[in-house]
Amino acid sequence: MKDYEKTGVLSLKDLKLPSKKQLEKGVAILECVQEIPCNPCVDSCPVNAISMKNINAVPINDFYKCIGCGKCVGLCPGLAIFVVKLKDGKALITLPYEFLPLPVVGEKVQALDRNGKTSGTGLVKRVVKIGKTMVITVEVDEKLAMAVRNIRVDR
Amino acid sequence: MRVDGVPNVRTCIVPLREGIYVDMQDKLAELPDAKFVGEPKKKIRTDVLVVGAGPAGMCAAIESAEHGAKVLVVDENQCVGGQLIKQTHKFFGSKQENAGTRGIVIAKELENKLRELEKNGKLKVMTDSTVIGYYEGDKRHRFGVVERCSDYRSILYEVDCDSVIIACGAMENMLLFPGNDLPGVYGAGAVQTLMNVYGVKPGKKVLMVGAGNVGLIVSYQLLQAGIDVDRVVEAAPSIGGYNVHAAKLCRCGVPIQTSRSIKEVYGKEGVEGAIVVDLDEKWQPIPGSEEKVECDTVCLAVGLTPAIRLLSQIGAETEFVPEAGGYVALHDDSMQTTVKGVYVAGDSSGIEEASTAMIEGKIAGLSAAISLGHKSKENQNLLQQYRKELEKLRAGPFGEKPRAAKTKITKFMEKKR
Repeated sequence: MKDYEKTGVLSLKDLKLPSKKQLEKGVAILECVQEIPCNPCVDSCPVNAISMKNINAVPINDFYKCIGCGKCVGLCPGLAIFVVKLKDGKALITLPYEFLPLPVVGEKVQALDRNGKTSGTGLVKRVVKIGKTMVITVEVDEKLAMAVRNIRVDR
Repeated sequence: MRVDGVPNVRTCIVPLREGIYVDMQDKLAELPDAKFVGEPKKKIRTDVLVVGAGPAGMCAAIESAEHGAKVLVVDENQCVGGQLIKQTHKFFGSKQENAGTRGIVIAKELENKLRELEKNGKLKVMTDSTVIGYYEGDKRHRFGVVERCSDYRSILYEVDCDSVIIACGAMENMLLFPGNDLPGVYGAGAVQTLMNVYGVKPGKKVLMVGAGNVGLIVSYQLLQAGIDVDRVVEAAPSIGGYNVHAAKLCRCGVPIQTSRSIKEVYGKEGVEGAIVVDLDEKWQPIPGSEEKVECDTVCLAVGLTPAIRLLSQIGAETEFVPEAGGYVALHDDSMQTTVKGVYVAGDSSGIEEASTAMIEGKIAGLSAAISLGHKSKENQNLLQQYRKELEKLRAGPFGEKPRAAKTKITKFMEKKR
């Protein structure tokens, strides 16, 4: 049995990860590792980077094709997609967010890891609404690129 | 409780309105002098009666009406939608099954379709109405239906139909432990109703029992409502729900603990806390592993049991199928039970997801319309298409349980023939 089946928390070895170069371009990381009947991410992709063999298969993102637009982030019903982009020693993480209060651009927020623990501070760079899911881009330290997957707004 | 002077009213489900007067009933009420026997019952004749207006029932009704049948939908709640009206999360599935759409939006879309058909005289919706039983009906199916009116009066209807589709969902399972009768111990579905339908916070701090999809989703919704979730405990060695639901809870800081369950709840007037305990491989509590969890709410998400009482009364044959959640009415691939003209769909036919319930509803609705004479090659093809969609949704590893359930049901059905 894999650890995440007991704890719910994925580790990096459970995921297909992009190269440093791909991360500099900015790509979507699909943290969706189980075969569940779901495929909106495939339809959401404007460049057909995300593919699935059938509706129950695990989605695969072609990091070469992916342009890191983040459309899939707001559409994924499982809120399991994150766009990570490395830039000037910082990491820009685009994540889905469904809580109040909403963060505003320029606000400092707590950057949380997959366990919900604070791993640093994040600076909100962009707030977009896709349906009722907010898609937030937050800037964190580059070394937290693969750790930060949520934010907390302390107000 | 009395509402506007009327005693013995289930106050908790009476909608609020301007000037409503609610007071405590300090003693047994006198039987009101209402005319029960004197009032004649009203009669309704319809092609298809659909019992329950959740995802399965609404889809069944729409499908039947769109294919030429005259349909009556009866639901005991104040509005249609069933569980969908509290499902604020986005649905899985593919485009055809509204993937990415929230349950509350799907409920609205289906209701709009029902109302459209109602406007065209093809369908009638009765809410606040309960199907109270099955009666002798002279070669047709006859049901008693009681409609509750706003002035606390009730009207009795006799409904005659050629076909009936039972889609009345399921009941939440309870768990045995000391203190489970204390105020503050809820079923997860009840908590969801309080929060998402009535806008009432069930408590301040919650212990969730059960890490299936229901437990995980309701925990996340509790957080969204600003309620603290201490943890989720799950008796099984692994999380039963989708990892994506578990992961979004974890990254909000809510731990999920497997091989762990609730031992007891303590408190005087209500829940003040709970004791959780580790379980060994045989699901037995490990002495010394007890831990105190301070909370004012315990939420049980430990499975559902299909609601089949009406089907049993009709005489549809039932069997115990653990993978389906308990006793279920046997049915074929048209969702017809062992009684001709009696169909079943959704959780009543075996516990599953709303997306599959909707397709089962379509199959039952279309089959009922076909059996009423609306037979065509087109309709047969459509039926086949729905069956294929259902098969696709159940093809993955999470479809294993419903697949096993439906295989068993089919085998039992073959034996009966």
